[in-house]
Amino acid sequence: MKSTPLGREIDRPLKNHSSFGQALRNSLTMAYRGLLKIRRTPEQLFDVTLQPILFTLMFTYIFGGAISGNVQNYLPIIIPGILVQTVIATSIVTGVQLREDMDKGVFDRFKSLPIARIAPLAGALLADTVRYTIATVLTFVMGYFMGYQPGGGLGFVVIAAMLVIACSWAVSWIFAFFGVIARTAASVQGISMIILFPLTFLSNAFVPVDTMPNWLQWFVTINPISHLVSAVRELANTGTIGSEFIISLVSAAVIVAVFAPLTVRAYMRRT
Amino acid sequence: MNNEHSNEWAVEARGLEKTFGGNRAVDGVDLNVRAGSIYGVLGPNGAGKTTTIRMLATLLRPDAGEARIFGHDVAKESHIVRQLIGVTGQYASVDESLSATENLIIFSRLLGLGRSEARRKAAELLEEFGLTEAAKRPLKHFSGGMRRRLDLAASLIAQPPLIFLDEPTTGLDPRTRSQMWDTIRRLVVTGSTVLLTTQYLDEADQLADRIAVIDRGRVVAEGTVDELKASVGTSALHLRVNHARDIADAQEIVEQVLDVRSSITAEAGKITAPMADADQVTDLLIALRTRGIQLAEISVQKPTLDEVFLTITGHGATENVSQASEQPGRMEEARV
Repeated sequence: MKSTPLGREIDRPLKNHSSFGQALRNSLTMAYRGLLKIRRTPEQLFDVTLQPILFTLMFTYIFGGAISGNVQNYLPIIIPGILVQTVIATSIVTGVQLREDMDKGVFDRFKSLPIARIAPLAGALLADTVRYTIATVLTFVMGYFMGYQPGGGLGFVVIAAMLVIACSWAVSWIFAFFGVIARTAASVQGISMIILFPLTFLSNAFVPVDTMPNWLQWFVTINPISHLVSAVRELANTGTIGSEFIISLVSAAVIVAVFAPLTVRAYMRRT
Repeated sequence: MNNEHSNEWAVEARGLEKTFGGNRAVDGVDLNVRAGSIYGVLGPNGAGKTTTIRMLATLLRPDAGEARIFGHDVAKESHIVRQLIGVTGQYASVDESLSATENLIIFSRLLGLGRSEARRKAAELLEEFGLTEAAKRPLKHFSGGMRRRLDLAASLIAQPPLIFLDEPTTGLDPRTRSQMWDTIRRLVVTGSTVLLTTQYLDEADQLADRIAVIDRGRVVAEGTVDELKASVGTSALHLRVNHARDIADAQEIVEQVLDVRSSITAEAGKITAPMADADQVTDLLIALRTRGIQLAEISVQKPTLDEVFLTITGHGATENVSQASEQPGRMEEARV
């Protein structure tokens, strides 16, 4: 008879806190779990696959003529705009899925394991960068097929892509926070849309800012989404890393600094 | 660290309380579980069993009272406590969208095992719990029993010295249930302490060394299985005669042979009596035939949880709170 697995030994040292290294390892394991889940249910990638294709086509052909005279001239403006809008919108799913996930029994086990408290959250958010990457690549590829020639060259397009992915990851902490405090997945979706729509549309993503009324211009210029869109345009179209790039990264860091602790605290209180 | 504690008591809880809204789910529970034993917490649905376990397993913060696991405070040293326990919940706490192997590998990795070590551990546990063939299938296609076994396997990865089992066999078929019982018994042989909750007296009887009966958030009785059973008699006789005129004679015989007082429920003409030993029913049947009394129905039953509850608390083991009107009659019947 095999009795080894049921044996009992406590010769390992007991510590009351998890180290940073452990938190990192635990988070990576949880990210691995997230990836396995995506592989098991690939249909959850429908939105990140179809949305970039659909939105890029629609917006370019609808607004192209009106805003820039023709589609070709509009592409350098709209592709960075649509990229930011699509990828940030994808990060809502993180909050919704977190809510669904937390309602399942497996989260009880995570809470009863001696692992870093932040790991189930950080892991889920990390795994979702795969979704952002898919959406980013598809948007650029769609743009390329429609005739977009980024002036900055491939290297700067890659930097722009990474910037968008990093900023979306930061923004996903906001939606993760709603995911943890909301009672149902549907309400997470609702709240997140209400926040995201004004943020993405009241920006320079789709139209030139100087066509807007003054009071609106004021908001658009402080909106971090506008800075991110500008940073991506600078990178992809002219190959420059300017102040917009710095402002975007600082904004992302501020969002994480505020929402990561809030989310973890709310998560631990829900136990 | 109190090492002298950690050797003797796996669980020490004092005055645990938890209120949800206006509902006092746990109302001052004390528990002492000796290391290396199986301890049963017996009670009906909604008695506060799960809430108690969740507080002991650091999943829920007590409103009042304190609890120690091997001498470590569940509130102040929760991270240490989590290294000493395994929890198997009432609803399987495994990942539905992954396979059995993937589940065990992820839990093993989270517990600090290396990649190949985790793989080996997963295979070992799947074999141990008879799940090897289903290892690659997604859990959606698992039966309730398989899920429970996987859940228990996941709790044993780190070989925790204390294992909480919250209603481990509720909803399982009899065969799977007895398999589960065997597994639980083996855990204790290898030195683990088990704290299990159950709604079934039978289950507590089969497994537990000591039992706490819990009702409306309070421990209403505590002791060994024998002590608990002695308070209700080991079995109960129910007897009905064919002709109503025989009932007085029958009762006399029952009381003579069993040497106890019996009671008659008027409307059904049924005689009930506690029995110290179920074998006495043979003598009783012979005596009844000698006197020529014809029986309509006879049964010998183990005391049910309901009867234990009637005896200890004076109300039935149901979730309904007020049964005051029918209590006196039923109490008499069970107490005799």
